[in-house]
Amino acid sequence: MYDLLIAPFADFGFLRRALVGCLALSVSAPVLGVFLVLRRMSLTADVLAHGALPGVALAFLLAGFSAPLLWFGGLVAGLLVAVGAGALSRATGGREDATLAALYLLALGLGVALISMGGGGGADITHILFGSVLGVDDPALLLMAGVATVTLAVLAFAWRPLVLECFDPAFAAAAGARGGLWHMVFQALVVVNVLSAFQALGTLMAVGLMMLPAIASRHWAREVSGMAYAAVGLALVSSYAGLVLSFHADVPSGPAIVLVAGGAWAVSVLIGPVDGLLPRLLRRRHLAG
Amino acid sequence: MSTHRFPAGLTLENLTLTHGQRPAVHHVSGRFAPGSLTAVVGPNGAGKTTLLRALAGLHKPESGRITAEGTARIALLPQLAALDRAFPIACCDVVMQGLWPRIGAFRGVSAEDRHRAEHALAAVGLGGFEKRPVGTLSAGQTQRLLFARLLVQDADILLLDEPFNAVDAKTSADLLRLVREWHGQGRTVIAVLHDLDLVAREFPETLLLARDAIAWGPTAEALSAANRLKARMMAEAWSEEAEHCHRAA
Repeated sequence: MYDLLIAPFADFGFLRRALVGCLALSVSAPVLGVFLVLRRMSLTADVLAHGALPGVALAFLLAGFSAPLLWFGGLVAGLLVAVGAGALSRATGGREDATLAALYLLALGLGVALISMGGGGGADITHILFGSVLGVDDPALLLMAGVATVTLAVLAFAWRPLVLECFDPAFAAAAGARGGLWHMVFQALVVVNVLSAFQALGTLMAVGLMMLPAIASRHWAREVSGMAYAAVGLALVSSYAGLVLSFHADVPSGPAIVLVAGGAWAVSVLIGPVDGLLPRLLRRRHLAG
Repeated sequence: MSTHRFPAGLTLENLTLTHGQRPAVHHVSGRFAPGSLTAVVGPNGAGKTTLLRALAGLHKPESGRITAEGTARIALLPQLAALDRAFPIACCDVVMQGLWPRIGAFRGVSAEDRHRAEHALAAVGLGGFEKRPVGTLSAGQTQRLLFARLLVQDADILLLDEPFNAVDAKTSADLLRLVREWHGQGRTVIAVLHDLDLVAREFPETLLLARDAIAWGPTAEALSAANRLKARMMAEAWSEEAEHCHRAA
């Protein structure tokens, strides 16, 4: 049991760093995911992550595997796609989701083309796309911890306006809650969280830890705050179990963590007390009044 | 919450509101007197909701002005359809959103505020619903809940957009009682309504709107047969060849 669950982390420093990084990510990203789900923006984070790929690829071509540069390239490209889609759809009257889809597909194609043009070793591409626990060096770890700290602090301040803006935008606007401003702050948080997940989870699956626990959380709680706690709990468990799986089964950390988080989602759908499938089957007799 | 301290009114000066280039509210002037109880009626597409949104500061006038007297606190009851009723939030938290103008994003909720929220829920007939998720309420119960939020908001001017739509007779009677209470406290109430019998019975003033203000004054006069006919004549569809309006802005 010790060999299976604890020894890998006791023996290998890089795995410990990856674990701490993922745990930090698990505290902040799923909370953002809950709000994305509630705003019917479940796919937005994915789009942002894919949209960031050409920036990451370009930085990789120019400077090799340098965490800060990769991060900066991704940030610029991701923000361009996100802001560009909003601006373009407002200017042309198109639907924002359609514009977003067009831009991110373009960005994804461009990113993959750039990576293959670079002709870098296959291992590097795998690291970028699927994440590598080896990628979590000290700067990356500081980044992940910093992003988690800032995200939690901002969320603590923005909680009320975010909830108000989701639930009743007209009331929020009339009451002067400045929903638009908070929405932009929120989107910026999503971008930096996705990017901070790049090292450990890879660009393709960076949003896994943000969205899967958030989607699963609605089966565990009936209020936003409860859902946020549930999502963080599921993400923490998925991070740890995913890294254990990654180590023993020798699969990249990104897919391993996402697979475990996906399993947690499936379990939630099955046995979650709120709208779970099993509790529905075992439903007790209806009340008298 | 006995008598209200500062009755506040709203004055419109040659107000024009547009969606793109098309006018939704066209050169309307007049005054919602402090403490008045006014119904805004008119055919669909007459600009009623747009007017209410402008009064709440959510729609920028294309030309003309809206002036609120003093430091009037304005509350808006949006149409029920504009709400995300599947949002996972408990009733008492919705009611406490009405505290926003005073506590904003950061200040804490006092025990007294909590009591007020509970009282408001009881006042709209939802006592004991504090912990219930909004998603489990019916349309009528949700409207009651939003009225409780208005109670907590304690505004000088209340803008109600179709408050009695999709609501049964008992609920609308209960909510109407609250409207009368607000009126009695000297608050200014402006409500978009479709039920003309109800308007004739309960609302002393009426603004009959069909893009232009057809009539604005005591309800019996505003809703005269001639005026109602005029409102119905409002071109339902706009003309593709409409020329630019040359009335003085």
